[in-house]
Amino acid sequence: MTVSPDNAMTTTDGKAQDHIVKLEDIHLSFGQTQVLKGVNLTVNKGDAVSIIGPSGSGKSTLLRCINALAMPQRGRITVNGTRVDQLTKESERIELRKRVGIVFQQYNLFPHLTVLDNIVLPPTKILGVNRAAAEKLARELLDKVRLSDKANSYPGQLSGGQQQRVAIARALAMKPELVLFDEVTSALDPETVGEVLQVIRDLVRDGMTSILVTHEMRFAEEISDTVVFTENGLIVDHGSPEQIFHTSTNPRIRQFVGGLGARGTVRDGEGI
Amino acid sequence: MTATTMTSGPKKQHLTRSLAFVALPLVILIWALTDLSLGRTLVEWIPYLASGFMMNILISLLAMTFGTVIGAIFGILELAPYRLVRYPVVAYVQIFRNAPHLVLIFATTYIFPFEIVIAGNYLPFPDWVKAVIGLAIPASAYVAEITRGAIQSIPTTQWEAAQGLGFSRWQALRYIILPQCVRRSLPPWMNLFSSITMATALASLVGVHELLHAATDASTAVRRIDFTIIAYIVVMAAFFALCYPISRLTRRLERRFNAA
Repeated sequence: MTVSPDNAMTTTDGKAQDHIVKLEDIHLSFGQTQVLKGVNLTVNKGDAVSIIGPSGSGKSTLLRCINALAMPQRGRITVNGTRVDQLTKESERIELRKRVGIVFQQYNLFPHLTVLDNIVLPPTKILGVNRAAAEKLARELLDKVRLSDKANSYPGQLSGGQQQRVAIARALAMKPELVLFDEVTSALDPETVGEVLQVIRDLVRDGMTSILVTHEMRFAEEISDTVVFTENGLIVDHGSPEQIFHTSTNPRIRQFVGGLGARGTVRDGEGI
Repeated sequence: MTATTMTSGPKKQHLTRSLAFVALPLVILIWALTDLSLGRTLVEWIPYLASGFMMNILISLLAMTFGTVIGAIFGILELAPYRLVRYPVVAYVQIFRNAPHLVLIFATTYIFPFEIVIAGNYLPFPDWVKAVIGLAIPASAYVAEITRGAIQSIPTTQWEAAQGLGFSRWQALRYIILPQCVRRSLPPWMNLFSSITMATALASLVGVHELLHAATDASTAVRRIDFTIIAYIVVMAAFFALCYPISRLTRRLERRFNAA
């Protein structure tokens, strides 16, 4: 078990020292709206953590706090030894973002660049990697996401699922210590969801620390080490997929998971 | 039936276009041939008119070059997070975008001296250079607005993606936002190019030897009413030959970008 809303050090397998992300008592509001009201979360190295919960519960904001795209008003965020909440300078936040990859719901590829250049540009311009090395890595990553033949295509020529896989490859090209996935399949049509999930599944299997905000319940259940249920800016419960999806005694979670169960089954039927 | 109209439609349009393109030269040619004395006089004056037209092209190219460089920088500064930078630039853009070109040409002509003294050397400051400045100023104001509009038209998610990867604000602008802006601002930029080119004729009013001025010189020297008319038709044809291809190219680019 990797997540503990009360005490971050409490674990069942004794791997607590290995945590890569630790959020303590995070409070964040946009104007009058309180989005996060005291969130605690610990993620161990190599784990896959899924954050589920109804819309507007603060899942995406929580994710953005981890790479300083959103700054909380209160609380401590530690990412591999870096106190994210104390990063006041833009240059310090950039240093953090180099180490934390993020993939968005709308892919956000750069439309004026080819698929290959989308993946090559960040490491060459941000990390100063030479073009040849960056291109070699980009081709390996394209191979990994099964898009080797699309290297010279432009994003506009690809399907949503293909674009999202390129976005994942682009995030990986920075060799991040962990990757954040922000509802990466929510904008896709059902046929292409599977191919994106397969890429994430491979990634998790390879030991990449991954934090996913997702509505794919079956997928979350399958790949996660821990599932976190959020509602109204708080973590309601957390635990193994088995605990959250099947043995939870919390009526709200039972209702939420039950309501989405049918959708999960359909997805399963499509061979995910 | 529909098929024939569909194929003949664009063809017909194409024909009208080329007709428009050759109409003015054709009028000049036929008229010059029917009255050979007029034709001979025109041929004599053509080199003089051409030298004037070179000046229009020179003023237009230089004004657009300076205007584009300064305007692009100002367009970026219009979005700067610091008020101290932003406000003066916005003021510059608003003032000069709403000033008539002719007024600016007059202003630069009379504000700047006719020569500059640098370390005891007197350097001439010719009127045509002042005309370049007079047109570069409004051009830069327009380019600034074109640039600002293009930057703002790029979805904020592009900034967010760049930021998420670790690009600094400046890097994001340089490598991700501005390259996308070039494509979007090309059609309005070419419209401006065309309009500045036509405005170079205004320089004749402050005594710059350009095409319109040359035509006036020629008609005063020849003193023939038919020559005066044909000289001004030549002026029109020359501007048309320069500006029409620009506007055609703009429309083609706009269509291509809309399709993409």
